[in-house]
Amino acid sequence: MSVEDWYRVDRLPHIFCAGCGNGTIINCTLEAVESLGWKIDETIFVSGIGCSSRAPGYISTDSLHTTHGRALPFATGVKMAKPNFNVVVFTGDGDLSAIGGNHFIHACRRNIDITVICMNNQIYGMTGGQGSPCTPKGALSTTTPYGMDENPFDLCELATAAGANYVARWTSYHVKELNQAITFGLQKPGLSFIEVLVQCPTNYGRRNKLRDVQSMISAMKDHALLKEKRDRLLAEGKPIPDGMFVVGTLTDRNRPALGVKQ
Amino acid sequence: MQGNDACAEGAIAAGCRFFAGYPITPSSEVAEQMARKLPKVGGTFIQMEDEIASMAAIIGGAWTGVRSMTATSGPGFSLMMENIGYAAFTETPCVIINIQRGGPSTGQPTMAAQGDMLQARFGSHGDYSVIALAPSTVQELFDLTVKGFNLADRFRVPAFLMSDEIIGHLRERVEFPDEVECIPPKPIREGMLPFEPEDDLVPGFTPFGKGHRVHVTGLTHNEKGYPASTDPDLHEKLVMRLVEKVERARHEIADYDIVNPDAEIVFISYGAPTRAVRQAFLDAPEKSYGHLNLRIVWPFPEDLLKKFKNARVFLVPEMNLGQIAREIQRHVDQPVIPIPRLGGELHIPAYLLKCAEEQE
Ligand SMILES: Cc1ncc(C[n+]2csc(CCOP(=O)(O)OP(=O)(O)O)c2C)c(N)n1
Repeated sequence: MSVEDWYRVDRLPHIFCAGCGNGTIINCTLEAVESLGWKIDETIFVSGIGCSSRAPGYISTDSLHTTHGRALPFATGVKMAKPNFNVVVFTGDGDLSAIGGNHFIHACRRNIDITVICMNNQIYGMTGGQGSPCTPKGALSTTTPYGMDENPFDLCELATAAGANYVARWTSYHVKELNQAITFGLQKPGLSFIEVLVQCPTNYGRRNKLRDVQSMISAMKDHALLKEKRDRLLAEGKPIPDGMFVVGTLTDRNRPALGVKQ
Repeated sequence: MQGNDACAEGAIAAGCRFFAGYPITPSSEVAEQMARKLPKVGGTFIQMEDEIASMAAIIGGAWTGVRSMTATSGPGFSLMMENIGYAAFTETPCVIINIQRGGPSTGQPTMAAQGDMLQARFGSHGDYSVIALAPSTVQELFDLTVKGFNLADRFRVPAFLMSDEIIGHLRERVEFPDEVECIPPKPIREGMLPFEPEDDLVPGFTPFGKGHRVHVTGLTHNEKGYPASTDPDLHEKLVMRLVEKVERARHEIADYDIVNPDAEIVFISYGAPTRAVRQAFLDAPEKSYGHLNLRIVWPFPEDLLKKFKNARVFLVPEMNLGQIAREIQRHVDQPVIPIPRLGGELHIPAYLLKCAEEQE
């Protein structure tokens, strides 16, 4: 077995734009399931609607591409009816936290044994660049032409507060760390939530002075603050520099979980 | 036994082993009973965060090859609509119990109605077809729940039990058969694609975990299951097949009672109003009106109407403003007179007789 076996080769080429970060995340995930020796016929990928949610269509397992925002309740049905399946959800920031926000907090509360990977491009990609609950303050989108004036969600804090066992954030720049986080999350009983900031040059970068892929990736790298470093700054009473976001393992605990394999 | 409990018993007897739902009057006893019974037979009950999630969860459950069901009433039924369309389009066998109450909106939580009959048929966007059953006794709530699972599996559609508060909360004697017939969906045949129809227009089922590696999507898809949403001919062919697979079986699966086929004045009813018609007939043995009681309303068995060769007029008592009367009128030249009753109470038999006498 190799990573290639996990791809539906007959579905390529994919629909992602040139420079999109989603492919990196799919590859990281498939390398993780392959390295764990998971079986294709015991693994189910589930998604909602959006660019990121197209991922299961390129993966060779049984897969469920559902309705916008509802990946988690569909996945909950699969996992509760047959706990022996490994269930992995791909979702976008809009899919997960706008239309699917209620399902997100309840899946975390149940701490159901699935792994949720959110490709957060901070925008609605599929529908052409409208603002999402994760669009940063001031950022331009087709529905925030004068700059986003609402506060964004911190998805990881939300998942932690709602009860998920494992919560981590990385970016498409941090491929190695991301692969480790996913590998860990897949094995962890309970809900594992991995947020990955990904570049969307077409719909986010273009409107926000990040014209090329390289400058988007550099911006993510430069603004990522390791959790350990953040904790040190806090302990020393020093300020967190403006515009930074925290990356790393943010929550790792062993609360009782639902739907765990017998 | 109460109707809603009989429904849950029917589901368990039919082999339903996954239930996801959200409490709503007057259907909650179905969920409560499933919560009690399922763990004892190795099944799983889960209370979801809303009805959108409930419908999603049973579709997920169904794709694992487990018979799956939810139960709700008006407001919850409305919330389920998007995922009901998903189930129809992805050919997911599942059962939805709707213990109807007075609407629109929150309406009359504790009173009966039949106001969701067209919603059951047309409520989600786009064209598709489904199966809807209508019990008029507690025994039928048991029997038709079993039948609903078999039909859902056979045609790979969402099947609706369109009951109402009257039957759901009625207490009547129920006889449980020693064994009920459970017919699983036909498996896919060697060499066939997951969404490639057989002669009956229904593809063989490919539940998860059996090596089919099926991709299930609500996008327009080809027979492999892969998205192909910009091919006009493919889309038309797929939608036509999904409608046709159910519609062309409408006479074969029709389930009904006929009284006095030679009558000139004929009642047509389904669900609770059937009880009022039967009582009216008992009250006036000298009259020989006709009666068609439908246990399956969708697909609508239009040819049955022709069995009433001498019919001059059809009277249709419904607990809505004439939803199925409108369907009947599409198929006959004779006048179809709706006898609507809103407010939650059943038609008074004497009133039905008066309506019929006016036509004599
Ligand atoms: C009920 C419903 N509302 C709206 C849409 C339209 N829609 C499709 S994808 C999408 C947003 C996608 O954004 P996100 O979830 O962030 O994923 P991305 O495309 O950026 O990966 C929307 C609003 C839909 N498909 N269904």
